[in-house]
Amino acid sequence: MSIDGYPTETIIGLEVHVQLKTNTKLFCGCSTRFGAPANTQVCPVCLGLPGALPVMNEGAIDLAIRAGLALDCSIPPLTKWDRKQYFYPDLPKGYQISQFDLPICADGFIEIDNPDSPDQSRRIDILRAHLEEDAGKSMHDEATGRSESRIDLNRCGTPLLEIVSQPDMRSSTEAKLYLTELKLRMTHLGISDCEMQEGSLRVDANVNLHIDVDGKKIATPIVEIKNMNSFRAVERAIDYEIDRQYDEWEETGKTIHDMPKRTFGWDDSKERTFKQREKEESADYRYFPDPDLLPIRLPVERIEQARDGLGEMPAAIRTRLQGQYGIKPYDANVIVNQGRELIDYYEVVANNSGDGKRSSSWIQQDVLRTMNDLQCPVGDFPISAEKLGELLKRVSSGSLDNTRARDVFAHLLENDCTVEEAIEALGIVSVDGNELESLCQELLQSNPAVVEDYKGGKKQAIGSLIGQAKKKNPNANPQQVRETLLRIIDSI
Amino acid sequence: MLDSALEILRLQSTGEASAVDVTEKVFESIESSESSINAFTHVDRDLALATAEAIDKKRRAGEPLGPLAGVPVAAKDVLCTKDMPTTCSSNMLRHFRPPYDATVIEKLRQADAVIVGKTNMDEFAMGASTETSAFGVTRNPWDTSRTPGGSSGGAAACVAAGNVPLSLGSDTGGSIRQPSGFCGVTGLKPTYGRVSRYGLVAFASSLDQIGPIGWSVPDVALLLQAISGFEPRDSTSLDREVPDYTSALQTSDLRGLRIGVLRDALEADGIDDQVRAAVHDAMQVFKSAGAELVDVNLPHSEYWVPTYYVIAPSEASSNLSRYDGAHYGHRATELDPDQVEQLGPLHATYCKSRGEGFGAEVKRRIMVGTYALSEGYADQYYNQALKARRLIKGDYDTAFTQADLLLGPVSPTPAFPLGEKVDDPIQMYLCDLFTVGANLAGIPAISLPAGLNSEGLPLAIQLQAPALQEARLLFAGAAYQTTTDHHQQRPNL
Repeated sequence: MSIDGYPTETIIGLEVHVQLKTNTKLFCGCSTRFGAPANTQVCPVCLGLPGALPVMNEGAIDLAIRAGLALDCSIPPLTKWDRKQYFYPDLPKGYQISQFDLPICADGFIEIDNPDSPDQSRRIDILRAHLEEDAGKSMHDEATGRSESRIDLNRCGTPLLEIVSQPDMRSSTEAKLYLTELKLRMTHLGISDCEMQEGSLRVDANVNLHIDVDGKKIATPIVEIKNMNSFRAVERAIDYEIDRQYDEWEETGKTIHDMPKRTFGWDDSKERTFKQREKEESADYRYFPDPDLLPIRLPVERIEQARDGLGEMPAAIRTRLQGQYGIKPYDANVIVNQGRELIDYYEVVANNSGDGKRSSSWIQQDVLRTMNDLQCPVGDFPISAEKLGELLKRVSSGSLDNTRARDVFAHLLENDCTVEEAIEALGIVSVDGNELESLCQELLQSNPAVVEDYKGGKKQAIGSLIGQAKKKNPNANPQQVRETLLRIIDSI
Repeated sequence: MLDSALEILRLQSTGEASAVDVTEKVFESIESSESSINAFTHVDRDLALATAEAIDKKRRAGEPLGPLAGVPVAAKDVLCTKDMPTTCSSNMLRHFRPPYDATVIEKLRQADAVIVGKTNMDEFAMGASTETSAFGVTRNPWDTSRTPGGSSGGAAACVAAGNVPLSLGSDTGGSIRQPSGFCGVTGLKPTYGRVSRYGLVAFASSLDQIGPIGWSVPDVALLLQAISGFEPRDSTSLDREVPDYTSALQTSDLRGLRIGVLRDALEADGIDDQVRAAVHDAMQVFKSAGAELVDVNLPHSEYWVPTYYVIAPSEASSNLSRYDGAHYGHRATELDPDQVEQLGPLHATYCKSRGEGFGAEVKRRIMVGTYALSEGYADQYYNQALKARRLIKGDYDTAFTQADLLLGPVSPTPAFPLGEKVDDPIQMYLCDLFTVGANLAGIPAISLPAGLNSEGLPLAIQLQAPALQEARLLFAGAAYQTTTDHHQQRPNL
């Protein structure tokens, strides 16, 4: 890559926090539900009151192991808790319980498609993934003109898994591919909801450039970008930062050796990164083992049991769908990337309709679009997979055309009824041969010009007759109308 | 002067006294001694009487009663109580009232004990003289010009003064045993994990343990029984069955018991001659009770105090981070404009609040601990101390293959005059010379009164046992108290 000057290489490493889908917090019994009134899901433990003690949530350990296995990490036989110490009002104990030198997952990787060469894949290494408790939320109310801050500690103590990649990504596209695959695996295995808007997936991107100046590699200072609330924002922030760092280097000549890592925020409305802290000092978190918690021993059996419970991973499902239902890699990708619920939905539709390709295209177009319009997840979609399968079976067998099928689809969205009932309600009956014959005869007689045009070589002229036939009898199957019209014209 | 807990239980069961009678006596006693002793940070007569009345009512109705029914107990002010302040004798928590009870407090309530108040202590349990309290010093009932010891000075003094038969203290480096020794009462530090720490305001989490203080071994056993046991809210509490501590205490037969004498401790520099003599006397007592005496050494004992004074402050520096003025506790109202300028309003608030809320000793330990955990120093100090701690534990493991119990002094000297060491931290830290080993190793230990010195001050001996062998300590302690009357001596108030 080159930006109007020297060739550059972009170096990206991502730190991703996923909130584990436990019912209760990491060290107490408080609920982790999102959106409750401020400071209502708290207790002495997560408030850090004097004398309160943490008790580890085994469910979070199980999810972390699952996540580690899904990312091809190794899970050590012994892991432990450490305290990371810093002062902030949303951290009521003055330290965060985290993991320092013995993380629960280490040395994994994710394979992504190589954006420059679709048939190849790129391996992004994962350095580690460790468990930690979330902090609360600080809300700085600058609107009032007073320097007043409010603290909501509901989130405090919620389990997070911080997944740290190696700086292996070379473009914002690769970063997005990595995130998409990561999210897919986490949601697929029920580890996390990964809702960026709700904060159950957070991304920090470490970015710098290697600029090739006449064969000499110059590294720009590393910037950590925070506050990105969508994958799109991650892409745009990285792209912005690439340009900014190049410009900064041109202007100041500063390299990685001249500046410590800086923290920048992403302003989505202004589409730019901005420096978050004026004074950067390297923090000393004074990690040490938390004496309130015991080290965690993870016997091989527990890990193997978790591995057995993983089931089919997304990559395997992609391959299987292609073979089993005859769909293209692109289509398998779209379906699988939507997550497990849609995969299950697709498979039921495909099995019931007996037509994997048609099922794939209907789901990608009609179902996904409608879900998007309705803002509803697969589980709440008004048309069950069985029903859609039955509908598509009729299309494949020719008893229903696509247009009428869409009418039925629309009717099913609005009404709780069977496909049969919907067809009846819409007055769809199959038109018998004689009826169709006379309808076509009539149309040809009253449109001699079309017949002339057709015979003169304008094959598409026939389309207007099909349209008219549909108007006269909405139940007429366009394909059958076409065939009948052509047969009559040929016999004239 | 109040009776023993066992006697109070007997009097109530025979109807000779009610819980209310006993409680009234407690507050008469406190009223007469408190101005000279200052053992309490908070007492609540009305609350205690209401509890006592409820217990009497239950007794009259023939309802089942807990094992401490109507027995007055005082709790060190480091234990959370939802109906009384919990100050840790610090300005930082002067007005703090926890919304919950510590597990041991819950257990006391379940046992139908009458909690009469909270006892004074060194601020956040950091000290050996109760002089670092923000609520004034506590004085030794045997000689009010002297310290009762610390940090559980109030808890030991109120028992010695006869205010209550029993109290709860906490012991991080000797804070139950040393004040018990200075005040001529019996104090036991249980095995780490024997008693739940939930609701004990943390000083050094890996060392802290709650334990009972009373006149005699049977009373202490009674309270230990009530507070011991596994509790899921404390991950470090031990899921092990609690034996019956109160039985088999009426004995003077110690045949078959091997008592290891800590020779190095007896020959240590700075140990008082009369303290040494008290241990020698105790050796004779145990020997005549049939115990076998063997000499035992703990080779790394010279590292106990340095190891302790790295680990305890390190953990404390972290545990005390929560007192930042943001959520509860003391918050500075007027900020230093220079600090606001330099650090911004948030950090200026932290600095001023912590600066005002904490006393000098607490600040000293926070700074020492912060330093010991800092990048570049942790290997030299904190991590090194962890290694030393493992060696110290190993010494005990070896020693307990040679002996069933270890005998030695509690403190190098009897109670020292108030003001003597308060400005000399090193001298103060050396008070812990013989006690911190048990905390570092996590084992139980008991302090037993061993007579008075020539100035009429209590002397004490210490027994240490392998983990979870509290019953052995109590058994030997009871035998000692069956053949001696040191524990029956009372100060003249």
